[in-house]
Amino acid sequence: MAITREHDLHKRRSGRNVGLAVVLVLFIALVFGLTIAKVSGGSALQAFDHSYRPSLDPDHVRFQQR
Amino acid sequence: MTDLRTDISYATPGEGSFGDYVALLKPRVMSLVVFTALVGLLVAPGSLHPVEALAAIIFIALGAGASGALNMWWDADIDQVMKRTSGRPIPAGKVAPGEALGLGVALSGLSVIMLWLATNALAGFLLAFTIFFYAVIYSMWLKRATPQNIVIGGAAGAFPPLIGWVAVTGSISLEACLMFLLIFMWTPPHFWALALFMKSDYHKANVPMLTVTHGRKVTRAHILVYTIALIPFALAAGLTSIGGPVYLALALVLNLMFLQGAVAIWRRDEAQAEGDGYATEKRVFRFSLAYLFLHFVAILAEAALANLPAYAGFAAQFKILELF
Repeated sequence: MAITREHDLHKRRSGRNVGLAVVLVLFIALVFGLTIAKVSGGSALQAFDHSYRPSLDPDHVRFQQR
Repeated sequence: MTDLRTDISYATPGEGSFGDYVALLKPRVMSLVVFTALVGLLVAPGSLHPVEALAAIIFIALGAGASGALNMWWDADIDQVMKRTSGRPIPAGKVAPGEALGLGVALSGLSVIMLWLATNALAGFLLAFTIFFYAVIYSMWLKRATPQNIVIGGAAGAFPPLIGWVAVTGSISLEACLMFLLIFMWTPPHFWALALFMKSDYHKANVPMLTVTHGRKVTRAHILVYTIALIPFALAAGLTSIGGPVYLALALVLNLMFLQGAVAIWRRDEAQAEGDGYATEKRVFRFSLAYLFLHFVAILAEAALANLPAYAGFAAQFKILELF
């Protein structure tokens, strides 16, 4: 037997908590998506992996474009 | 053993459901805001990354919702008296006024900053101005002070397509202004038609609607005058880059029908209106909703048709205001 009685108020609070959680998760996803869109500017992202790659070097890229 | 007393009423403030907090944001108004802002965003020259566009629409809608919450906080006393609004979360005792204020202020700040970050500073500023205009200029000042409340306050509802346009272009243009003016000029006849058959509500709440301060005869005349004043702006949009033959043809029919409705309202007296339960007023009010929706659908249709080279060449002849 449960030690607390389930009441409509519990359901309402639970609904509020779940609703807020969903909104926060969606907000985080939107901000993450927005960050990716802003940083990539429409092109693919490349992370720095501690080794030299010419494609990450702005001087090299400028030289290639000449 | 329980942490809860079950012998008290739970309609006490602060125990509203998630839906009650959503209701504070006026979701029906938000849907209109989303639609008009989306049209402004889609027909503007240039483009946004889809995620940026989605974020822009969400934050414009959130800003509109925030101003709705602030309006409900300020107008709780009026809402309690009026039948149409007595079921809103604050008068119904589901949400405390302070919570509505907190939600409104928090969402205002969040939506403005996020729209600025997602798009540009001008769009963020315009959203901030819209919230200020609706919450302070309209709700706190004009609504209780002048029968022209609807005329000037209508600007708040007219901003979304302009903000959508600015989110893409970063600047204000003739097309954006005409979309603004279309909603701005449409608002008075739309709301006065509503006020004609909801008069007792506004009267009870002591809101100086035109029907209360100047009577119904004057209101009927105002509906006709403002409908006539609306027509040039509705048609002018068809002569700019967002218009074209499809928009112009539809706008011509819609404006003639709206004018016909406004004339019918003007020619009626109270005895006739009460006799048929305000049938004409209700019909014109419902039509005014379709009127605005279809104008924006036509603007969207023109943008879609512009991708067809044959149509674009033909439509260009109509866009004589495009240079401005």
